[in-house]
Amino acid sequence: MSIYAVKPGWWNTPVHREEKIWIGVALVWCIAITLIMPVWHVVGDQNSSQEYYRISGDNYAALTDAFIEQYKVGEVQGIAVVAPPPGSDIFLRGAQWQWDPILKLTQGATYRLHLGSVDMVHAISIFPININFEVVPGYDYVLTITPTSAGEFRVICNEFCGIGHHGMIGKLIVDPA
Amino acid sequence: MTTAAALFRTCPATGLKVHLPAQGLIKINAVTAIVFLLVGGIVALTLALTRWQAVHLLNDEWFYRMLTLHGIAMLVAWIVFFEMAVLYFASAILLNTRLAVPWLAWTQYVLMFVGAAMVAVEILLGRADVMFTSYVPLQADHWYYLGIILFAVGAILGCVVFFATVNAARVEKTYEGSIPLVTFGAAIAALIAIVTLAHGAAAFIPTWLWALGLVPMMDAEIYRLLFWGFGHSTQQINVCAMVSIWYLLGTLTVGATPLNEKVSRSAFVLYGLFIMIASEHHLLVDPGLSAAHKSWNTGYFMHLAVLASMIHAYSVPAATEVALRKQGYTKGLFEWLKKAPWGNPAWSSLFISLVGFGFIGGITGVVYGTEQINIIVHNTLAIPGHFHATVVVGTTVAFMGVTYYVLPLIFQREVAFPTVARLQPYVFGLSMYVVCIGMIIAGRFGVPRRSWDMNGVDGPFQVSFDPIVDMALAVTGIAAVVAVVGGAMFCAVAVGTLLVGKKIEG
Ligand code: HEM
Ligand SMILES: [Cu+2]
Ligand SMILES: [Cu+2]
Repeated sequence: MSIYAVKPGWWNTPVHREEKIWIGVALVWCIAITLIMPVWHVVGDQNSSQEYYRISGDNYAALTDAFIEQYKVGEVQGIAVVAPPPGSDIFLRGAQWQWDPILKLTQGATYRLHLGSVDMVHAISIFPININFEVVPGYDYVLTITPTSAGEFRVICNEFCGIGHHGMIGKLIVDPA
Repeated sequence: MTTAAALFRTCPATGLKVHLPAQGLIKINAVTAIVFLLVGGIVALTLALTRWQAVHLLNDEWFYRMLTLHGIAMLVAWIVFFEMAVLYFASAILLNTRLAVPWLAWTQYVLMFVGAAMVAVEILLGRADVMFTSYVPLQADHWYYLGIILFAVGAILGCVVFFATVNAARVEKTYEGSIPLVTFGAAIAALIAIVTLAHGAAAFIPTWLWALGLVPMMDAEIYRLLFWGFGHSTQQINVCAMVSIWYLLGTLTVGATPLNEKVSRSAFVLYGLFIMIASEHHLLVDPGLSAAHKSWNTGYFMHLAVLASMIHAYSVPAATEVALRKQGYTKGLFEWLKKAPWGNPAWSSLFISLVGFGFIGGITGVVYGTEQINIIVHNTLAIPGHFHATVVVGTTVAFMGVTYYVLPLIFQREVAFPTVARLQPYVFGLSMYVVCIGMIIAGRFGVPRRSWDMNGVDGPFQVSFDPIVDMALAVTGIAAVVAVVGGAMFCAVAVGTLLVGKKIEG
């Protein structure tokens, strides 16, 4: 009875065979799901990044502005469109409540995507392929990315960042190779 | 001794000695918890009817305000007040002893109540639209943080009273052998609580001082790390309390005896050792921590705690099976299950909690806590889908189930409206299954959580989702209405019992 004190000696009660089997199976399963994470870093294609730097919001903004100036090809809804060359460092800035610039990438090319915020914590969600990362002020978070499909994507902010949060929607364009 | 004896009564049903000051504290904490559940439930309705975009009930500002209130009223107030009642029950009542230092327990109550009230008022006044996570640099009014701190200090005092009571029972030899399993589980919960609340202090005290303008802001990522050291481990207190209640309900409903005390207690120890450090699955897609660190923390630590849950997931239902078979329901594999007391709301709550927690909450938890899978679900609606299966279907339903025994045992009244009570776990629990699954489906199609409008009406670009999403959110909305009715049925039975329930002498 789980509500009454137990007599001394309970530690020596043998465990039933079925229960032992269950615990064994559960343990093996737990080990397997623990191992899959490091293993996937070796065999998998999509992993979180380990590269990040501390940076102030102002410095991140300056880097983004310089990047925009260098590769700007147009403007949509007042937001700059930039077309950086394959292999380059590209910058996305989160600010209440806008993502900028609009990145125009090439399918199959690899980029170093920098994520940073100049105010609150934001998060990117690349829609509809569902890739989500936190964008934290004070950090320059670098993901190495290779767009595998062409098309127009949305960048949805999915971390609450103030009352205008739901309007924080950006765009990402991937041109076919 | 006569004065001391006058402070006790003997429960006619269980033979347990009930310390009257303990009884008073259990009552007030439980009643306060249920009031917050009612508030949080009404708020939940407005949220679900806003996320169902065809209805879109609230405006943006009030949606975020109500979302903050819902998180606080439910996850913080309802759950923790009820846990205080559970701690006092598992110590003073189950150990046949007096509650040590009742004045400290009253201080617990007053601090928690004042803290929760301050927080709720701040939210309603629109001075804390920051969600219960309050990630810096979002800033609430300083009174909000002070309210959280007072609440947490109160909760620590509750844990202190619990341990003092267990110690008093040990010294005064009010029990023989080892403490009951339920008390052991509660002790692990209280132990985790103390460590957890220390993280909470590390996150909230500097933030409070920052809101007062006295110190600079904490690094945003360090805040997240500390916050989840508090916020996630708190969920483990809930799991621990819930599992203890599963064992308690197994005993009260069908007379189950734990299969093996050694196994069950060792599993609780695994919770104590590992779960309180495993909180980085909230930070899997954050900068600031290496992948090795994250894998180790969420893999090794978390999965040893998962192992503990797997053990309980076997031993609780198996113990009830053994008990029911002993009562003569031995035909075939499942006669015991068919003949189980399905009309007893405590039993149906136990089963709904166990199955829903394991199959919806547990599986999604382990899957979404995998580093690479987290990339595709992080901050989507699938996450609230997951944790409503753990903290609502699991913990809340278990707490509701045990209330059906607390009413006669502690409030000494027969449960009022028995038909409503009989149906309540099914109405609430099963509709909540649907709410969870609806949110999980919508999330898998990329619907963000904590979003007043997912289509981008206020943004430069619009977003259009797969039509399945509209259906999933409609189903979630309808099921949420049913769930709130189920929650209201629970509150009606509880309050009705207090007001018109037949008195039980003894
Ligand atoms: C009546 C049943 C309930 C319904 C219909 C319900 C519904 C909801 C909805 C629609 C959301 C918003 C999801 C989003 O947009 O991100 C939500 C959030 C949440 N709910 Fe519930 N809920 C219920 C009960 C509970 C209970 C009992 C708890 C805790 C014990 C709880 C804890 C939470 C938490 C922590 C959040 C997240 C708040 C945030 O993102 O800051 N809910 N719920
Ligand atoms: Cu944002
Ligand atoms: Cu946002």
